Formats: sequence, structure tokens, C-alpha cells
Amino acid sequence: MKNYTITDAVLVSNYINGDEAALSTLITRHKQRIYSFIYSKVYDQDVTEDIFQDTFIKVIKTLKKGKYNEEGKFLPWVIRISHNLVIDHFRKGNRMPKFEDNGEFSIFSVISDTDLNAEKRIIKDQVEEDLRGLIQELPEDQKEVLIMRIYKDMSFKEISDKTGVSINTALGRMRYALINLRKVIDKNNIVLTN
Amino acid sequence: MAKFYFKSSPKQEKQLTPKKETIDFLLHYSKALKVVEYQKITFESFLN
Repeated sequence: MKNYTITDAVLVSNYINGDEAALSTLITRHKQRIYSFIYSKVYDQDVTEDIFQDTFIKVIKTLKKGKYNEEGKFLPWVIRISHNLVIDHFRKGNRMPKFEDNGEFSIFSVISDTDLNAEKRIIKDQVEEDLRGLIQELPEDQKEVLIMRIYKDMSFKEISDKTGVSINTALGRMRYALINLRKVIDKNNIVLTN
Repeated sequence: MAKFYFKSSPKQEKQLTPKKETIDFLLHYSKALKVVEYQKITFESFLN
């Protein structure tokens, strides 16, 4: 920690009492530490510049409103503000994905190909084939409900009408069908992943 | 080849300090901002 002739606490107090030059001294004194701290988190000079500016706007507002609690920790307080703004920046980035601007526009940075590649398509077909085989092993009543629900996309009301059993029975058969499938998969160590 | 390996990264040569414009903006912002409290309500005003 450097020893300054005028401490941060005195400068802050002077600034609150209307001495604008005190702010200039504070910024000059700590700008490199704060700027480097932000840059070490975001690795982008433009973003760093923005966050640095927003940090001091908050500092200025808080000091002018008299809400700053002087405990001789001006720099850690400013670093904490910048840290929170860095977190805000990344949260915003997650909500609004941006595409990289590296001089040339690439359409693939804004759209992506969601289709499976050849290998994944084969694996998916195999998994579905294995699953169909397993379903055939189920007791007839459970198999019937599961096929209607999953493959024919029927509601339990429709299944109940078609099979002549109550909705609760249809739900129960579906539940046991899934339990039995899981049991068979676990017992035979079948891997059903894409 | 040696030159290729020992070429220093240009990023590290950068001075990590804010632009003069940013500092000037903050100092002007501070001068322009007036906070007035009236009956427990805080008002912010800009003198431009």
C-alpha cells in the first residue's frame, strides 16, 4: 500500500464538501488498479472502458448522495462496485448472445445447424431400434398404453376410451411400463445414450 | 524460427489505463451532477 500525502479518506471528505479536484486526484491515483482489475476479468478494452466509467458514475452518485460510509477502504469499495458490474456484464451476455465482430460477417455465428451429423444419426437410429425391441418385451397391457402415449401421442383420456379402462388404470400401466423398462435396461447394462 | 517463438505478444505491451476521454467525461459528469435532498426525497439534476 502506497503512502500518499493526502489520504483517500481526506480526499473523499473534500470531494463530498464540494472539492471537485479531489475526485480527479482519486481517479488518477487508482485508475490503473481498477482498470487492470476489470480488464483481467473481461479481456476487452472497450468493455473495460464502459465498466470503468459505470463504476465511477456509481461512486460519484453515492458520494454526492452522502451514502458512502467512510471506513478508510475507498479502493476496496470501488473494486467491489466494479466487480459487481463485471458480473452484471456477464449475466447480460448470457441473456443476449452476441456474434463475434472480427471484420467479416459469418452467418454461422448467428444461426447454427441443429441437424445431427451422420455418426449421431446412426447412433440415434440404433438407440431407437434397441428401445423398440425392449418395448416388445413388456406385458401386453403396458406395451399397449406406452405405444399409444409415446408413439401415437394420445392423451390418457383417449387411451382410456380406446382400451376401455379407467384413466387411473392407464396411468398406472404407463408407470409400470416405464419402471419395467428401466429395470430391464439396468439389469442388462444397456446404454441408451446419444 | 527463433524469432517466431520469441516474438512478444502485442497485447502485453498495452498500457492498462483508461482513455483520457473517459476520465474527462467522469470529471465533467461529476461537476454537472447536483444532488438535492428535500423532505427525505433525493433529486438528481444536471447542469448542462
